[in-house]
Amino acid sequence: MSLTDWINKGRLKSPWVVHFDCGSCNGCDIEVLACLTPLYDIERFGILNIGNPKHADVLVVTGTVNHRNKTVLKNIYDQMPGPKAVIAIGACGLSGGVFREAYNVVGGVDKVIPVDVYVPGCPAKPESIIDGVVKALEVVKAKLGLA
Amino acid sequence: MTSKFLFALVLVVAAPFVGGLITGIDRKITARLQSRFGPPILQPFYDVLKLLGKDRMVVNLWQALCPVVYLVSSALCVFLFGLQHDLLLIFFVLTVGSVFLVMGAMAAPSPYSQIGAQRELLQMLAYEPLLILVFVSFSMVTGSFKIADVYAYGKPLLPQLPLMFIVLGYVLTIKLRKSPFDISACHHAHQEIVRGVLTEYSGPGLALIEIAHWFDVVLVLGLCSLFWSTSWLGVAILLACTYFLELVIDNITARMTWRWMLKNALGVGLALSVLNIVWQSFNN
Repeated sequence: MSLTDWINKGRLKSPWVVHFDCGSCNGCDIEVLACLTPLYDIERFGILNIGNPKHADVLVVTGTVNHRNKTVLKNIYDQMPGPKAVIAIGACGLSGGVFREAYNVVGGVDKVIPVDVYVPGCPAKPESIIDGVVKALEVVKAKLGLA
Repeated sequence: MTSKFLFALVLVVAAPFVGGLITGIDRKITARLQSRFGPPILQPFYDVLKLLGKDRMVVNLWQALCPVVYLVSSALCVFLFGLQHDLLLIFFVLTVGSVFLVMGAMAAPSPYSQIGAQRELLQMLAYEPLLILVFVSFSMVTGSFKIADVYAYGKPLLPQLPLMFIVLGYVLTIKLRKSPFDISACHHAHQEIVRGVLTEYSGPGLALIEIAHWFDVVLVLGLCSLFWSTSWLGVAILLACTYFLELVIDNITARMTWRWMLKNALGVGLALSVLNIVWQSFNN
């Protein structure tokens, strides 16, 4: 195995997640944090909830994007060093949800930054959020040309 | 002399692997203590490999340089330990490394990074006098600051310096970034102010800091092993018990404030050191 192979192995085994709440009702955020509890224990997959975009590999976004926070979202995305992936969580993150026609709402997360994986639900279940991260790893795998 | 040199060289090559493995076991046991399953034991290596492969994002030249100096100085400390060199020299090299870690954090204007750097300096202020006192007590027993003379002494130091071992325990807890002293950068993936000093480091720079941390783990455990330098079994028992106790303390205590750390670590540490050194000098 060459060094690149080792690094790619590490990339697939250690996705560090930064979570940004784009103005959701906190339903999805509670489910994201539930993944950290002993019941789901995402650390067994090497997933860590990191509070710093500079350390993170995966950006997890919940809630609707509005004109106020779209710059913040873009800023956080730009601060993450590549290779990186983005997961949109919940009905609001996917499309704006029930708020999609409100005057201040831009829409889903993909209106501002490229999204790799969509996790539906209102709120999304912890199981499906973990599935979303696993799916994001497949996307990264394909981007690296390993799949 | 050549055999010592070769041993030191082997130690420097093996230290990151040993340190990474200890960190992995640490994470596993911590998870079990919290009734979680925990990551694989090789997880720290996956993390570092991944970080090495991330894009470079440096704020300025200082920030790129500082992790390298930190890593070199930590590796040099382990090398000097393998050579059974002077304890004071190891202390100074260790300090230089920590200062560069702080300088790298100060090189970025982010408030979290700045405050983390200040808190790291306070941690150094707490553990460095204690470390020096441990070395002084070694020299009072063996008559020199050389590690070789500790090995030549022929008897375990623990019965004569029991309180100094507790003082070294304080240093170990601060240096391993464990609760209640994890105030500048927690060992676990906590957020914001408790990852302070690491905030602005990313990608390969963060990987180098993590590898340097593994060297530090090996060095501090090596210093602990000097207390029972006469038998391998003694060293193994002593280190296993000490490290497990560290894990338990990490899991049952909360993070305290830096004021409490200064008062507690320095106050209790200095008192224990004075007691032990006075008792030791009457004993002789």
